[in-house]
This record gives sequence, structure tokens and C-alpha cells, in this order.
Amino acid sequence: MTVAILALQGSFAEHAAMLDKLCVEHFEIRQKKDLDRHFDRLILPGGESTVMGKLLLDSGMMEPIRQKILDGMPVFGTCAGLILLAEQVEDGECHLGTMQIRAKRNAYGRQLGSFYTEEEFQGIGTVPMTFIRAPYIDEVWGDAKVLAEVDGKIVAARQGKQLVTAFHPELTDSLQIHQYFLDM
Amino acid sequence: MGNERYELNKNLAQMLKGGVIMDVTTPEQAKIAEAAGACAVMALERIPADIRAAGGVSRMSDPKMIKGIQEAVSIPVMAKCRIGHFVEAQILEAIEIDYIDESEVLSPADDVYHIDKKQFKVPFVCGARDLGEALRRISEGASMIRTKGEPGTGDVVQAVRHMRAMNSEIRRVQSLREDELNEAAKKLQVPVDLLAYVHEHGKLPVVNFAAGGVATPADAALMMQLGAEGVFVGSGIFKSGDPAKRAAAIVQAVTNYQDAKLIAELSTDLGEAMVGINEQEIELLMAERGK
Repeated sequence: MTVAILALQGSFAEHAAMLDKLCVEHFEIRQKKDLDRHFDRLILPGGESTVMGKLLLDSGMMEPIRQKILDGMPVFGTCAGLILLAEQVEDGECHLGTMQIRAKRNAYGRQLGSFYTEEEFQGIGTVPMTFIRAPYIDEVWGDAKVLAEVDGKIVAARQGKQLVTAFHPELTDSLQIHQYFLDM
Repeated sequence: MGNERYELNKNLAQMLKGGVIMDVTTPEQAKIAEAAGACAVMALERIPADIRAAGGVSRMSDPKMIKGIQEAVSIPVMAKCRIGHFVEAQILEAIEIDYIDESEVLSPADDVYHIDKKQFKVPFVCGARDLGEALRRISEGASMIRTKGEPGTGDVVQAVRHMRAMNSEIRRVQSLREDELNEAAKKLQVPVDLLAYVHEHGKLPVVNFAAGGVATPADAALMMQLGAEGVFVGSGIFKSGDPAKRAAAIVQAVTNYQDAKLIAELSTDLGEAMVGINEQEIELLMAERGK
């Protein structure tokens, strides 16, 4: 199996390190021509969604990636990646918009609101969760299902082969959520 | 500051990697920067080139001005305080800034001590010219490092020198025997545990950006190829002919720093770059502040 990691900006190297630990092949996507390589899964990392959204448009990758996801390519978005996948973004732009969730950006405020916790993740158990200027999910509908909540706010969801977390599994030692994604 | 908070602060810097942090002086400039793809903005009253031109003592910006920029954009907002001026840092923390730059661009408030950054919950980025400075700042609590470069000049030579110095020292430390680390730490005037981290991992324990004198997409890509994990652009954008276009080009050059063909396109028709001052022409070397 080969996983492609969107490497326009943000925590792509951290995701690559997780995949190394799981002995899974991976490569970076920076330009449209990188999409020609074969891959079975796609990761959208943490970072700034405004930056990635702009670079996806400028590079002409927005539409081809959206099409791949709609065609069933399994995709995993963390933090900014969640925002890229959300069909609705409160006070913000919709980017790929393939997932039936509404994201609230910077929902915990500025950096002083960033936090670490451990909570239940459906089908896995308790996992470590690092939230950095994180969003949460206001609402899910249609086929999207909630996988984890923290203090009553939705922080992880899945819709078919699309998985999103508001926190950053790539910043912790736990490989469980990456493994969950690979098993999807 | 607890260990958990320090980890979260290092984590925010990780999220900025591969991005461009731009100096802005007004909410309008902040919006231009955000639209061009900045991953964060640095709010300050005067960009370094103007600080240089104006002379005199330069201080932390008016909190009102910083708040205006915080309201204008959704990306992280950073601001500078003077070296050693922990009250300016307390003020910036009180207005919930995302990152404090304890910066040599402003006039130092203390010529001996840097801020004890471990007393703060908000993260700090500090400038460094070499490995010793970088590790000293980290031991004081900095969760991100940048080269000092020579701000406000549009001359990249010092940022290059600092990045090369840091990376060649890192390679040298990596090649040491473990029983040589104590002596090396003594010589570099740094804590041995931080040096041991460098020895083992071949990198700083925090994210390392380039800063100071970056004016073109090619400058930005040069710093990335030399090992920077992202780039600060200060005067280079809003002192140029077409800030929005230049900002967007620098953002793309940082993501695609190894694609010369694309950088050639990005460098085409950018309008006038900032005029720039050569290293030999400046009287005030800001990089000499705070070692």
C-alpha cells in the first residue's frame, strides 16, 4: 500500500514519520504532476487551511483531488485537513467540501486555548489528543458519523472512506488512529 | 510553564512549517498577507527597513494596533518584544498573542539577560546566529528558533551565514563521541542535555525558520534548500512594488523550493524588489544584539 501526503505546508513530515513506524510506503504531493503517481490513500495534514486551500487552487489540484475522494479514495484529514474536507466552514471558505460536516475554525481560540487530553475514540478506546488552535465539528449529517467527542464537542468523524480529526494524532506517540485509517 | 504547555507551543511551530510568516503593519496588509498564503503574520508598527531608517529606540507595538490585526485575520498573529523586556512580553501574553518574537530588531532592554521564557504560557521564537545561541534560547524556554539574518536590509547574506553556521555545527556535534559532549557543551555554553538531543537527532529540538533579508522567491527557496523549515519575510514584501504578487510568489517558492522551473516562473514580472542595503553599508548590525 502507498499513502500520499499533501505536503504544501504544515505537519506532513510528522505524518510521514508515523507511516514509517507502521512500515507503510508514502510520498509527498506538492504539485499536480505528483497526482499522476499511484497511491491508495491520501493524508491531508495539519497546518493552516487558508494556505493549503490557496495552494490547492493555484496548483490546479483542488478539482482532481476532490474527484479522487468522490471516487472513493480513502482520505484522512487532521485539523486543517478536517477544514479542507468540510462541506461547510463557519466564517470561512469551503475547500474540497466532500464531507457532510460543518467545521468551526479556531474553535478553542488562540494558542493559549491549545490543549492536550485523552478521550474515547469509537472502535479504538482511549487515545491521546493534541489540539493546536484547533477546530471542532459543529454538526454532522447524512452519512457522516461521530467517532469522538471532547466536552460535548465533536472532534472526530467518519463518512465512508473519509476520516477527520480536529486534533493531531501525528503529534503523539500513538499509532492507533493511523492504523485505523489504514484498515478503513 | 509546565512541560505539557511547552510541548503544545513547540507543536504550534510544527504547524507553521513549510510556510511563510510575513511582517505587517496594518489590518489591510494582514489581509493581503493572509490572502497571499501567509501561515502567520508578525504585527509591528514599523517594518525593520523603516526602523533602520527612523533610528532611535524601537519598542513593542501599540496593543491596539496588534488587536486590530488579530481581528482582521484567522491565521496566527505574532508580535515582537524587546530582548529582556519581560513586561512587554507579559502585555503580549495578556492580549493573547499566538507567538512572541523576543527580537533583536527592537532595541534591547537588557544587555545581559534574555527573558525567562519558561515563566510564560505563550510561546516564544528567538533569533540565533549559531548553534550555541539557538540552544541557549531554547534552554531559556524558546519553542521556535529563526536565524537572525540582518533585518530590514533585503540582503540575504547574513541569514545564509547563520543557517550554514548552525547546520555545520550540528553536523560536527553529531560526529562527536558521547564522552566528548560535556566538553563540547562547555565550549558552546549550552546545557548538555540539549546538546545530547542534537547529537542524537541531528537537528534542533524545535522548529528552525530562516529570517532576515529575504526579499525574493529565490532567496526563500535558497534558505529552504539550506535547511530552513520555513521563512519569515519582513520588509521584503511591503517594501516592494507589488506586495500581493510577491507575497504569493514567495509562498509558492517555499512549498516548491526544489523546482527551479517553477521558481523561474514565480520570479518573472514581480515588479520592483525592495531596494536593499549591502551588509557593508549599514551602521547598525542588529544581529549583534543579544547573544
